[in-house]
Amino acid sequence: MTTPLAHYLILAALLFSIGLAGALARRNAVLVLIGLELMLNAANLNFIAFWRFGPHPERLTGVMFVLFSIAIAAAEAALGLALVIAIYRHRRTAQVDRFDSLKG
Amino acid sequence: MSMPNEIAFLLCALVTLVGAVAAMMLRNLIHCALCAAGAFAGLAAIYLQLDAQFAGFAQLLIYVGAIAILIVFTVLLTRGADILPGTASAAPSWWMGLPVGGLVLACLIESILASPSLRRLPPPEIQAPVKQIGEQLMNQFVMPLETIGLLLTAALLGAVVIGLREPRPSEPNSQ
Amino acid sequence: MESIIKYLWLIPAAPLLAAGISALLPRRRRRLSAGLAIGAISLSLLLSCAAFVATFHSGPVTNNFRWFDFGSTSVQLGWVLDPLGAIMAVMVALVSLLIFIYSLGYMAKDPNFTRFFCFLALFAAAMLGLVLANSLLLFFMCWELVGLASYLLIGFWFQKPSAAAAAKKAFIVTRIGDLGFLVGMLLLYATTGTLLFYDHGQGCLEPTAAGGLVASTTIALLIFCGAVGKSGQLPLHVWLPDAMEGPTPVSALIHAATMVAAGVFLIARVYPLMTLDAKQVVAWVGALTAVFAASIAVAQNDIKRILAYSTVSQLGYMMMGLGAGGVAVGMFHLTTHAFFKALLFLGAGSVIHGCHEEQDIRKMGGLRLRLPVTFATYAVGMMALCGVPLFFSGFWSKDAILDSFDREHWLGSQAPFYLGLFGAFLTAFYMTRQVCRVFFGKPNTPEAEHAHESPPVMTIPLVILAGLAVVAGFFGTPAWPWFQAYLTGRQAGFDLSKLMEGHALMVMLFSTGLVTVAIVWSGWIYGRAASRPARETDPLQAAQPALFACLQKKFYVDEFYDATVVRLTAAFAKFSDWLDRVVLGGLVRAVCWLVLALARLDRNVDESVVNEGFDVGSETVRDSGRWVSRLQNGQVQRYLRVIGLAFCALLLLLLWGSR
Repeated sequence: MTTPLAHYLILAALLFSIGLAGALARRNAVLVLIGLELMLNAANLNFIAFWRFGPHPERLTGVMFVLFSIAIAAAEAALGLALVIAIYRHRRTAQVDRFDSLKG
Repeated sequence: MSMPNEIAFLLCALVTLVGAVAAMMLRNLIHCALCAAGAFAGLAAIYLQLDAQFAGFAQLLIYVGAIAILIVFTVLLTRGADILPGTASAAPSWWMGLPVGGLVLACLIESILASPSLRRLPPPEIQAPVKQIGEQLMNQFVMPLETIGLLLTAALLGAVVIGLREPRPSEPNSQ
Repeated sequence: MESIIKYLWLIPAAPLLAAGISALLPRRRRRLSAGLAIGAISLSLLLSCAAFVATFHSGPVTNNFRWFDFGSTSVQLGWVLDPLGAIMAVMVALVSLLIFIYSLGYMAKDPNFTRFFCFLALFAAAMLGLVLANSLLLFFMCWELVGLASYLLIGFWFQKPSAAAAAKKAFIVTRIGDLGFLVGMLLLYATTGTLLFYDHGQGCLEPTAAGGLVASTTIALLIFCGAVGKSGQLPLHVWLPDAMEGPTPVSALIHAATMVAAGVFLIARVYPLMTLDAKQVVAWVGALTAVFAASIAVAQNDIKRILAYSTVSQLGYMMMGLGAGGVAVGMFHLTTHAFFKALLFLGAGSVIHGCHEEQDIRKMGGLRLRLPVTFATYAVGMMALCGVPLFFSGFWSKDAILDSFDREHWLGSQAPFYLGLFGAFLTAFYMTRQVCRVFFGKPNTPEAEHAHESPPVMTIPLVILAGLAVVAGFFGTPAWPWFQAYLTGRQAGFDLSKLMEGHALMVMLFSTGLVTVAIVWSGWIYGRAASRPARETDPLQAAQPALFACLQKKFYVDEFYDATVVRLTAAFAKFSDWLDRVVLGGLVRAVCWLVLALARLDRNVDESVVNEGFDVGSETVRDSGRWVSRLQNGQVQRYLRVIGLAFCALLLLLLWGSR
C-alpha cells in the first residue's frame, strides 16, 4: 500500500461532511436518508482503513465490524424508508419540515 | 510509492465524491438515488484496494443491490419523482446547515492531521480469507451474529407492520 | 338572762327575713306580706322587751364576732345590750308595730300593698340593727340600709315625678352628711385601731389600754356631720319637708319617730368621744335649727309640711339636749317625741284619708265634729308637742332640755337657751294655728263637709299612742327621773321637792307662760279666721306680707342650693360626660381604628405580596418553560444541526483540551 492512511481518512471525512450537509440542507425525507447512508459509509471506510493500517490486521476486527455495520445499515434503511412511506400516506408529503407534530 | 495504486485510489475517490455530491445536490430524486449507488460502488472499489475483499463485495451486494433499489422504490412510492416546478428543493434553513457541515469537516481534518496514527507504516500484505471470516463469525462473534439475526427479523417485521396499509371500512378504495 | 345576748341578733333578723320573703311574693298575696311583717315586728318587740328586762340584771353585755380578715388584722362586728340600746329597741319596735297596723287600713286601697310592707319590714330590720350594733361599721351598714329604705318608701309612688325627685333629694343630701361620717369613722379607726364600741376594755368608746380614750373634736364633729344629714339639722335639712311625698305611715314611722332620730341616737352612742367644744357646736346647731324650722312652719299650709318642719325643729331640741345636758336628756325628748309625733302624723293621715286625700289646711275646717276620735287624739298630741304642763310628756322633756342650760353645768353662752324659749313659743303658735284651721270653724269645702271617721284599724293605734304620749312623760320628771337614772346607771328616787328647785322651777314657769301666751294669741287670730272662707289670705300674711312670703318660701334655702351646688354638680357631670364620650371614647375609637387599619394593611400585604408573589413565581416558571419548549420545534434538521455542532465542540475539546 502506498497511499498513506491520511488520504483514506480525509476521504472519509469529506464523505461524512457531504452526507451531513446534504441531510441538513435538503427538504425531502428520502434525501435525508441517503445522506445518512453516506455518513455510515464514511464511518465504514474509516474502520477498514484503520484495520488495514492497524497493528493486528490478521484478527479481522475491522472487517467484522464493517460487516455488521452494513447489515445494520440495511435494516435501518429499510425501516426508515418504510416510515417515510407510512408518513407519506398520512400527510401526503415527504417534506421533512412539514413533519413537526412533535413540537413542544 | 506506487503510481498506479495512487491513481486508482484517486479515481475511485473522485467517483465516490462526485457521486456523493451529486446525490445531495440533484433535483430529480431518481438521479440522486442512482448517483448514490455510484458513490457506494466507488467505496466498494476502495475496500477492494484495502484488501477487504469480502467487505467490498458485501458493500456492493447490499448497498448497491438492496439499499439503492429500496431508495428508488421509496422515491417512486412517495411520488417524489413528480416534483412540482414551484417548490424549492432546499430546506428552509439550508444556509445554516451548510456551514455546520463545513465546520464538522474542518474539525475532522484538524483531528486527522493532529493524530499520531498518521505516522504508521503500512503493514505487509495480508490475506483476509472468507474461511477465516466464517470461523470468526462462528467463534468469536457468534453473539453479535445471533443478535444481528434477531435485529434483522425485528426490522423485517417492523417494516412490514409500518408499511402495511390500514384497513378502512368507510372507504372502498384507500390511498 | 345573759343568754338573751345570744339571741339579740334575732331582733333585726326577723323583720329582715320577712322583707326577704315579701320581696319574692306576687302582688296579690297582700295578707301574707302584711302578716309576715307584723308577725316579725311583734317577735322583735317581745324580744326587745325581754332584752329590756335583762338590762336590769346586768351591765352592758356584748357579743362580738369576726367578719373577715385582711392581712394581720380582722374586721369585727358585734351586738351590744345596754340601757341605751334596749330602750331604743323597745321604742322602735313598739312604734313600728302600731304603724304597721295603721298601714293595714291606710294602704288598703293601694295596688302595691305587698311592696309597701316589704319595704317597711326592711326598714324596721335596718333600724333595729342600727340600735343594737356594737361596731361602728355595722352601725354604718345599717345606717345606709335605713337610708335606702327611706329612699324606697319616699319614692313609693314613683310614678309621681315630685315623689321620685324627693326620694333622690333625700338620698343625696343624707349622703353628703354620710361623707363626713365616713371620714370620721376612718379617723377613729386609724387612731384607736378598732371600730367596736365595747370590747372588754378594748373598744373605741372605752378608755383603751393602747392609747387612752380618744375624745377628739375633729372626729366628733365629723361623725356629727352624719347626724346633721340624717336628722335634718340646719344646712342639710332640705330633704325632710320634701320627704312628705311618701305615704303618711312612712312619714310617721321614718320621718318622725325613728329614722331621723337615728342621728340623735348616733351622737348618744358615741357620746364619750364628744369634747366640750364639740358639744358646744352640737348645741348651737340644734338651737339654730329649732328656731329656723319653727319659723318656717308658721307660714306653711300643707298639714304634713307643718309637721315636717316641726320635726326638724324638735330634732334641733334633741341636739340641744345632747349638747348641753347629756345622753339622758336628749334621749328622753327623743322617746317622747317619737310617741307624740307619730301620733300627730297618723292623725294627719286619718284627716287626709277622711277628707279624700286633701292635704291643704285651708281647705279643711270643722272636722272636730266629724272626726271625733282623731280630733281627741290629735289634740293630745298637739298639747304634748307644745309642752302644755304637767300631763303631757313634751312638757317634761322640753323643760329637761332647757333646764340643762343652767349656769352650773353649761359653760357656754346662754343664747341657745333663749333661742330654745323662742322656739317653744313658735311651736305652740303654729300648732294652734294648724289645729284651729283643721278642726275648728266651719268646713271650707264639700270634701270637708262629708269627711268621715277612719276605721278602727286606724284609730286604735292613735288611741294607744295618745296614751303613751301622756304616760311617757311621767318617767322623766325631776321628781322621779327614772329615765335619766336608767340610762346613766344610777338609782332614781321619788322626791317631789325636786320640782321646786331653782332653775328647774324657773324654767317650768317661764315656758308655761310662753306657751299659754302663744296658744291664746294664735287661737284668737285663727279661731276667728277659721270661720271665714278659705280663699282669704292668712291674717299674718296680710299683716306682714314680705316676712310671710320669706317664711313660706323656706328662707329661699332650696333656691340657693339649686343655684350653687346643684348647678355646679350638673356642670361637672356634663363635663365628665364629655370627657368620657369624646376623650376616652375617642381613645377607644382611635385604638379600634388602628386595629382596623392594621388588619387592612395585613390583608393588602397578604393579597399583594404573598398572593402576587406566588402568582408571579408560577407565571415565571410557566413562561420560562414555554420559552424553553420553543427549542423543540419539531424540525428534525435543526436537531441534527445541533448534534453536529455538539460533535464539533466535543471534538475540539478533546483535541485542544489535551494539549
